[in-house]
Amino acid sequence: MMAEGIIQTVDLTKKYDDVTAVDHLNLTIRKGEVFGLLGPNGAGKTTTTLMLLGLTEPTSGHAWIDGHDCTRDSLAVKKMVGYLPDNVGFYPDMTGRENLIFTGEMNGLGRSAAAERAAALLGRVGMAYAADRRAGTYSRGMRQRLGIADVLMKDPGIIIMDEPTLGIDPAGMHELTRLIRDLSVKDGRTILISSHELYQIQEISDRVGIFVGGRMIACGRIDELGRQLQTEGGSCMLDLRARKADLSIAQEESDTLLKTILARVDGVQHLSENADGMIHVEAARNIESELLAVLVANGFVLREMHERGGDLDEIYRKYFEKAGEINGRRGNGSDRQQSDPEEEAAGGR
Amino acid sequence: MLFLKEVADHLESKRFWILFLMMFLVSAASLRGALNSLSQAAQAASSQGQAVSEFMFLKLFTTGGQSIYSFSTFLGFLGPIFGIMLGFDAINNEKAMGTLNRLAAQPIYRDTIINAKFLAGAFTVLVTVFGIGLWFTGAGILLSGLEPKPEEIARILIYLLAVVLYICLWLAIAVLFSTLSVHAATSALGCIALWLFLTLFLSLIASGLANLVYPTQGPGATILSAVSNVQLQTGISRISPYYLLSEITTVLMNPNVRSLNVMSNLMAEAEGSAIASYLPLGQSLLQIWAQITAMFAEAAVCFGAAYISFMNREIRA
Repeated sequence: MMAEGIIQTVDLTKKYDDVTAVDHLNLTIRKGEVFGLLGPNGAGKTTTTLMLLGLTEPTSGHAWIDGHDCTRDSLAVKKMVGYLPDNVGFYPDMTGRENLIFTGEMNGLGRSAAAERAAALLGRVGMAYAADRRAGTYSRGMRQRLGIADVLMKDPGIIIMDEPTLGIDPAGMHELTRLIRDLSVKDGRTILISSHELYQIQEISDRVGIFVGGRMIACGRIDELGRQLQTEGGSCMLDLRARKADLSIAQEESDTLLKTILARVDGVQHLSENADGMIHVEAARNIESELLAVLVANGFVLREMHERGGDLDEIYRKYFEKAGEINGRRGNGSDRQQSDPEEEAAGGR
Repeated sequence: MLFLKEVADHLESKRFWILFLMMFLVSAASLRGALNSLSQAAQAASSQGQAVSEFMFLKLFTTGGQSIYSFSTFLGFLGPIFGIMLGFDAINNEKAMGTLNRLAAQPIYRDTIINAKFLAGAFTVLVTVFGIGLWFTGAGILLSGLEPKPEEIARILIYLLAVVLYICLWLAIAVLFSTLSVHAATSALGCIALWLFLTLFLSLIASGLANLVYPTQGPGATILSAVSNVQLQTGISRISPYYLLSEITTVLMNPNVRSLNVMSNLMAEAEGSAIASYLPLGQSLLQIWAQITAMFAEAAVCFGAAYISFMNREIRA
């Protein structure tokens, strides 16, 4: 059952009262790959990672890591899985180095061995310069890097990271992604990374699972996901801005007129207005030339037109929309409630 | 491993030293007060040709000066604060720092965390109480020139152990509060409120309730109802660990006390059989065995509740 993947879940489900945080998750992660869990806040990503570590008991279903049951044999799992929580904390009165040594000792290293490894890892994550400062004085980026060093103290074969780049500036983010990528490429570790930031996931991951409302609605390589969407229809997406040539007509009136005209064009499936006032058009086939003809015929002047789609943003949005259709409003409602405890915790800090 | 780190944390923290210093100063002050009033009492006694009490040294612990409480009263008061201070943020502070989930992801059992925290607290209490208590004894020997008898030393050690148990009870209560409440401030206030209630107000409630059930004045007030009144009152008061400790102190440090039971004391007096003699240590221990067991049980229940609530808790960032 667990031969193919190093991490395997079967119908993993977690319910909080009446809210289903994770809904029958079936996930297989292969050894040595970087797997990205992509989803909005409260989609159940954190809950999934906690269940994998045996920190939360699933309501039903099972998870295995390298053949160990995550719930019953959590000690064995915790021995080989490194976990970087989304808001990693350190004992503020101890220096970064002492924090690492402490973790090392908890993992059964001797004091000198732990000190040696801590020194090496501090160098690797570029924290050697601040190693002997108190952890309480560290910035977020420093804490996050120290967190990676902390995870590596136990030399895990598998690393689970929860939103590792949350709240980090672009330069730090770049460095962090390089570091994470290194862990997989150079050290051959399996990495499960959860995030809601598309580009970072795109940069790091071999495969992506898109997570909405506790379900994994898509899973695969990013280019595969894109292709999958394209073939499912909706291949033409345009943003445009146009105005009646006759300037005496008010802008609003012109826009309403524009929409009624566009709606009549053959093949248009979806019309909406973007926040910046542009009209968003979706159609099953390429309708650019027809659109232009219709606009000109009705006395409109085209000001702007972009083609959209194909990039990750679009994939992401599309999938969320699809999930919304499947789950109805229930999915969104559960998202809200799910994210509350996290925000509370952050606010109480 | 975790245990050692927790102990180091306690010993390095500022608030530990503040309280330690406070207890130190307070015990010095009470020692001085006790010495003053004891020497006056001894002078008065010898000038009247009476024998000085046999267990003079024990009196150092329980006698106060004119304006200062005795050492044992101070321990009864400050002990809970000490225990609360060590435990009130045990779990929730770990959570607030974001270290709890990191800790829980290490290959240790989850109960190791709470066990280590409690044991580290208990160890710190043990060291502190014996440190202060033995310092007090030593300084008492030097300053008073009295030489404690072996039995007195045994009584002092047992008394200090009882104090450790008493403070550990408060530590357990504090740990319980720290698992239940999200913020450290909430749990600290909760603990202190409970402490105030049990030490100050419970006796009021006890006497009020007892007077209600067995009135001592007006019609129906008999000797028997007066006895029941007192019995009910002490029964309710014994919920409070403070009262339990004060009973233990009374019996251990004052070998004259023959029984904590009102009835038997009354009977003895009525029969005229109360000879002023001392109870041997074993008999004193028998008197307070129930109190010690009760404190132990209360501590065990509190820690058990903390343990269960911690084990069932979601560990989330």
